[in-house]
Amino acid sequence: MDELLKILQTNALLSREDIARMLDLPAAEVNARIADYEKRGVIRGYQAILNEDQLDLDKVTAVIEVKVTPQREGGFDTIAERVSRFPEVRSAYLMSGAYDLLLFVEGRTLREVAQFVSERLSPLDGVLSTSTHFMLKTYKRFGVLMHQETSDERLTVTP
Amino acid sequence: MNGSPSLRNRINATVRDIPRSGIRDFFDIVSTMKDVISLGIGEPDFDTPWHVRESTVFALERGATHYTSNFGYLELRKALVKYVRKNFGAEYNPENEVLITVGVSEALDLALRALLTPGDEVLYHEPCYVSYRATILFAHGVPLAVETKAENGFRLTRQMLEAQCTPKTKVLMLNFPNNPTGAVMSRADLEDIAAFARERDLIVITDEIYGELTYDAAHTSIVSLPGMRERTIFLHGFSKAWAMTGYRLGYACGPAELVEAMMKIHQYTMLCASSMGQKAAIEALARPETDIGEMVDEYRRRRNYIVAAFAEMGLECHRPLGAFYAFPSVKKFGMPAKDFAMRFLHEEKVAVVPGTAFGDCGEGFVRCAYATSMDNIKEAMVRLRRFIAQK
Repeated sequence: MDELLKILQTNALLSREDIARMLDLPAAEVNARIADYEKRGVIRGYQAILNEDQLDLDKVTAVIEVKVTPQREGGFDTIAERVSRFPEVRSAYLMSGAYDLLLFVEGRTLREVAQFVSERLSPLDGVLSTSTHFMLKTYKRFGVLMHQETSDERLTVTP
Repeated sequence: MNGSPSLRNRINATVRDIPRSGIRDFFDIVSTMKDVISLGIGEPDFDTPWHVRESTVFALERGATHYTSNFGYLELRKALVKYVRKNFGAEYNPENEVLITVGVSEALDLALRALLTPGDEVLYHEPCYVSYRATILFAHGVPLAVETKAENGFRLTRQMLEAQCTPKTKVLMLNFPNNPTGAVMSRADLEDIAAFARERDLIVITDEIYGELTYDAAHTSIVSLPGMRERTIFLHGFSKAWAMTGYRLGYACGPAELVEAMMKIHQYTMLCASSMGQKAAIEALARPETDIGEMVDEYRRRRNYIVAAFAEMGLECHRPLGAFYAFPSVKKFGMPAKDFAMRFLHEEKVAVVPGTAFGDCGEGFVRCAYATSMDNIKEAMVRLRRFIAQK
């Protein structure tokens, strides 16, 4: 992967000038390449990684395994894209193995998520069955530990 | 006996006369201060890879807590032989040509003690790692410092060595990539040095602890050059490439006669390196590319950043090509490097190490380690810019 994307994926808040210094490139080139990635949709947005467990939110997240029937034209994409459009669905993946789609679904309450599954997801044409698992606690998201102890054990000056 | 003067007189004169490391004094000052950003740390800021740490826990659980062979676990030596062949281009017999040590520091001490008869001279280049001169003296050798220069990228040349070498010179010590300058030697550079070592029949001790950390070109080891394996002791360890400094795990590879001599000292003084550390090292060698690749990429970005920042503020600095140190010149501020470091520390709370900690010829330079987070480096550069604007 382009090193520029790796840097942005680690810290999208770095200034373009800093990124230019890190890559030993002119700032204008960094700007142009980022603009190109955005235009081509390679970069689809920039978000903060939150430790939501600290926020005491009214929110539950469920991981839902979905078995579907692929359609004659469009295969899994038609149903997967239809499911993905629900704002409750935060992430959706096509999987190998015992089920087809893996969804991360958010709601304010357990009941809300349950309603989403029973009233909107399950009745969709092509959805054969679902299996819902509620998430209890987050230890790591997007490669970032949620319980990282930040103390640096190193001495302040060493040879 | 009463009072310290009489005790002091009983201390071995060589030990008594060697000063404490300058870096230690500086640490004592820095450690009294709060909220210091340190560019003074000569060890990786990365965590030891988790699979290595986890394997250490497992080693303890299953009872790898006893003495090992004096040479170290054969399994580790076998893995090292493969690693050294692939990455440094020399072939060794794991049975009798590899010795696992307590860090490269022990290996260096063993090598010098195994080789030197009192009065033998040792050529080494300065600025260099803080222990070289002292270790030579402890081994009753005569240190011959060769000064490398910023204008030459702190590389060593044959001419520099010729000027110092005498018939009593027995050993040439090398450390590239270099601490504190970040200098590396190209293959062509090393070919000249190797030819010189062969002509003068010198034993070469090469400390390649930063061998994995090069940023613009792959590392070449002098041991891979023709006719060098039989006269070279190759030293390496796990501290830098795997961020395992606290494990204290190094190794020496060399001709069997030399490794046997080193092993004798090791056997009677150290016995063996830590068993669980050795188990962790076996795990570390299982997939080095994954562990090291990401770190090298990150160090390169930081190197680029820090060099660009120096250039923007008009601070002269040769481009460091390896290790994780930049060694800018502070000569133009008209004060000794130590004063510069002290004032920068007190006025801006950033620790850099005065170049004189690495030999007298380090005067006029400071060592800035970029083994710290990008955020710290950025803030340190903001403060440095402000500091030098007032000077």
